[in-house]
Amino acid sequence: MTIMIKNGIVVDPTQNIDGEKMDLFIKNGKLVEESEAGKVEKVIDANGMTVVPGGIDIHAHIAGPKINAGRSMRPEDLKYVRSKSNKTRCAMGKVLLTCPAIGYEYAKMGYTTAIEPATPTIYSIHTHEELDSIPIVDKAALPLFGNWHLTFKFAAEGDVEKMKAFVAWAIDKAKGYGIKIVNPGGVEAWMYGKNVHSIHELIPGFEATPAEVLTTLMKAAVELNLPHKVHVHCNNLGVPGSAETTAETIKLAEKIGKENCLHITHVQFNSYTGDSWKNIGSGAEELSKLINSSPVTVDMGQVIFGHTTTMTADGPFEFALFKLAKTKWINKDVEIETGGGIVPITYRAKSPVNAVQWATSLEFGLLVDPDKIVVSTDYPNGGPFVEYPYIISLLMSKKLRENEVKEKNVSNYIERATSLLSLDIERSFYDIVKMTRSTPAKILGLKNKGTLRIGADADIAIYPFNCNEVRDEELLKSLERTAYTIKSGEIVVKDGEIVSDIWGKTFWVKVNSEREIIEEELNDVFKYYTVSKNNYGVKEEWIRKPEVVKV
Amino acid sequence: MVKDVVCTFCGNACDDIEFEEEYGVNLCPLGEAKFSKKDRIKAPMIDGKEVTYEEAIEKAAEILKEAKRPLLYGWSSTVNEAIRLGVIIAEKIGGIYDQCSSVCHAPTTLAMIEQGIVGGTLGQAKNRADIVVFWGCNPVEAHPRHPTRYSVMAKGFLTKGRLDRKVIVVDVRKTPTAYLATDFYVVKPNSDFAIFTALRSAINGNENAIPDEVGGLKRDEIINLAEKLEKAKYGVIFFGLGITHTRGHERNVEAVIKLVQDLNRKTRYILQPMRGHFNVVGSGEVPAWEVGFEYAIDFSRKYARFSPGEFTAVEALIRGDCDAAMIVASDPVAHFPKKAVDRLKEIPVIQIDPHPNLTTKVANVVIPTAIVGIEAEGTIYRMDGIPLRVKKIRDSKYMSDIEVMEKLLEKI
Repeated sequence: MTIMIKNGIVVDPTQNIDGEKMDLFIKNGKLVEESEAGKVEKVIDANGMTVVPGGIDIHAHIAGPKINAGRSMRPEDLKYVRSKSNKTRCAMGKVLLTCPAIGYEYAKMGYTTAIEPATPTIYSIHTHEELDSIPIVDKAALPLFGNWHLTFKFAAEGDVEKMKAFVAWAIDKAKGYGIKIVNPGGVEAWMYGKNVHSIHELIPGFEATPAEVLTTLMKAAVELNLPHKVHVHCNNLGVPGSAETTAETIKLAEKIGKENCLHITHVQFNSYTGDSWKNIGSGAEELSKLINSSPVTVDMGQVIFGHTTTMTADGPFEFALFKLAKTKWINKDVEIETGGGIVPITYRAKSPVNAVQWATSLEFGLLVDPDKIVVSTDYPNGGPFVEYPYIISLLMSKKLRENEVKEKNVSNYIERATSLLSLDIERSFYDIVKMTRSTPAKILGLKNKGTLRIGADADIAIYPFNCNEVRDEELLKSLERTAYTIKSGEIVVKDGEIVSDIWGKTFWVKVNSEREIIEEELNDVFKYYTVSKNNYGVKEEWIRKPEVVKV
Repeated sequence: MVKDVVCTFCGNACDDIEFEEEYGVNLCPLGEAKFSKKDRIKAPMIDGKEVTYEEAIEKAAEILKEAKRPLLYGWSSTVNEAIRLGVIIAEKIGGIYDQCSSVCHAPTTLAMIEQGIVGGTLGQAKNRADIVVFWGCNPVEAHPRHPTRYSVMAKGFLTKGRLDRKVIVVDVRKTPTAYLATDFYVVKPNSDFAIFTALRSAINGNENAIPDEVGGLKRDEIINLAEKLEKAKYGVIFFGLGITHTRGHERNVEAVIKLVQDLNRKTRYILQPMRGHFNVVGSGEVPAWEVGFEYAIDFSRKYARFSPGEFTAVEALIRGDCDAAMIVASDPVAHFPKKAVDRLKEIPVIQIDPHPNLTTKVANVVIPTAIVGIEAEGTIYRMDGIPLRVKKIRDSKYMSDIEVMEKLLEKI
């Protein structure tokens, strides 16, 4: 269908367009010039409305064995009915959403792409089954590398060539999009009931350190020219003093020196000062300076007050959290490649520690260059992704932040432990579009997304407000539901309701590399697997709508 | 020769089977029976009369559409792709989705809802475990290749084989698995909860709380067993229906989960239920991601409601709630209580299955399908959730479960 979006107020940082009234034309799922459009079949009157590219979630645990185990453990969360079965599927879940609910909720708030950031390669068939059950949005998965025995071996040997071959092999097996590392070495240590506490500590049973794992994988990613390089959940996550580890990790990326070579995900969870829960503080100010002057990028990992379910490949962290939260605990140790854990949690505004977490992520959102930071909750770890409009409204208004502190009765410990309340910065809507569209697209190397340039994917959100005139009080309501969401040139949402149930694409990266040099090592390692090498991984034809990115 | 074939019988899902014509290598006796030639349902049938697939599916769709609250049950011996379509059909027609766990490891799910579960893949038993415990399960007879492939004799990178492992078997009788044990404990029936609790007392330094005898084990034996368990560098506890289907049910499972939680404060342990059918895990995982719950799901209000004991197949049938049933890849007539079977005799029943079984005798519409993993491919989840793609190694004249479900969904 050929669609004209008429008189919309367009914001597109990739073309330096900031709230200009203009018309857009869509044909065959792409943005086109008026002259190419031909006969327009549908005109959307966007007068007084804001038109931006579809949102991109760079880090949300939306598919695979982890979130599904979380669902099974928490029927109390899944009881929440988002929509009934009618023309669309029924959509369930308050924080842990079902696959239909995930697709619908993203589309309703104007998001059209989401990345599942942690799939154990051996479970990637499962991950793709779930991705294939999520309607509307485009998606991709990042396989886990940080605790794989072969990663340790090649890192210990400093063998970048073999690491490249291994990365190419594993991404191909997972039909994945990049390299994810979670607590490198720490999950292996957990198999012995331990953790690693510094990036320069030896990993039990191996001659490699987390720093060597990070460095070798970054070199491999850069040399392979992956569209999205290394996506890391740092060591020492979630504990006082973790800011120091994050700073050291950033220094490793500085040595590599290549722009976007390292993405530090949910940075908030890894940015605490202090040496105990009693004197925990925010390291956001110092780290933001470091991030702004280094090649790394980050996403926020915003904490939302209320209940949620944490889930990560960081097994030892989840055990520590289980002991702290005294709730229920799922653990999964996965062959010789990774692990994982799930623990429910409630973030309380009155708790000094939770308040520091809440404030720290906002500090990052205000202090880091919008070309380097992406809005995220590390769904579902910090909270549900449906809260992005809430986060955005707080970033855009000091008044709303102050109101929130008052209304929620946020612990006044944040006055001492963070700089949030002294920050006068208010993000412009232009900056927000960067932090939710163009910046994640750039970090992910998705060239046709996060932009309204001619030739780009027609993934577009039209919000029912004028971004040049909006008042603080209206922000949240304006961003929660779109007037229209267009995905691949089709109208999928109208007035905040799903009107068309379509399937998005699954991106994966095909890497050209010599695999033969690691054949011997692979055969050796598969002696210790419980599935055969030939049955390991996903074939492209098993995926509903695969989209290959060749490098 | 076809290599790396996945056996589609038990939850082991061994994926190293090789086929030369009809002859399979590496199969255990159960797998051999599965892959051997067996009685088949010859053609689709309506009320005992042979019809075309088209007619049978049309009739099945009619029954499902007319029913107020149809039960869609079974699923543990088919592929995820068919299960997914089955869940969507149940949602569309406002029926009940339930699967074999509801008469099997459902207590494990209930315990998991209360406590979570400390788990791992079977590779952990193979590579790291220096203590393997079989509690109320009998893999030698139920999962025959489990000991050699994954647990007792498996050669891993840390634990090199049988000599590096202690094997502890706890059961009410001397099962064939007990002959593999380094230490075998005979316990009184229905005493698992008490024994797990006593072990927790010993591990948590409350030996004084333990009575002189618990479930047939003397106090010293309990303390001694607790010490053995604690000495593991990495322990794996496998458990079976011996604890889920004896007095206490989900409370027994909850107790062993707590025991494993406690053990993890001292050393490393994981727990793994010995799941039965090759894709019983998938029949819970698929509905979980589609509609939020694993089993006992009702859609009569146009959204998913989870209520074990209410929307579980046996209870829903006995109550007389269901006015039609579709049974996929399962045989409830052979396994359900008589009153539930009586209800199945009263209502229209659709059966989708490769083989005739007792359920065929009560079914009004019978739709034969290709055998999963032999004549049809698709995705299944092993007992530890590891996904595997099962293969088609022979052609057949039968439609696959996926094709039947697709056609059925179109008509609904």
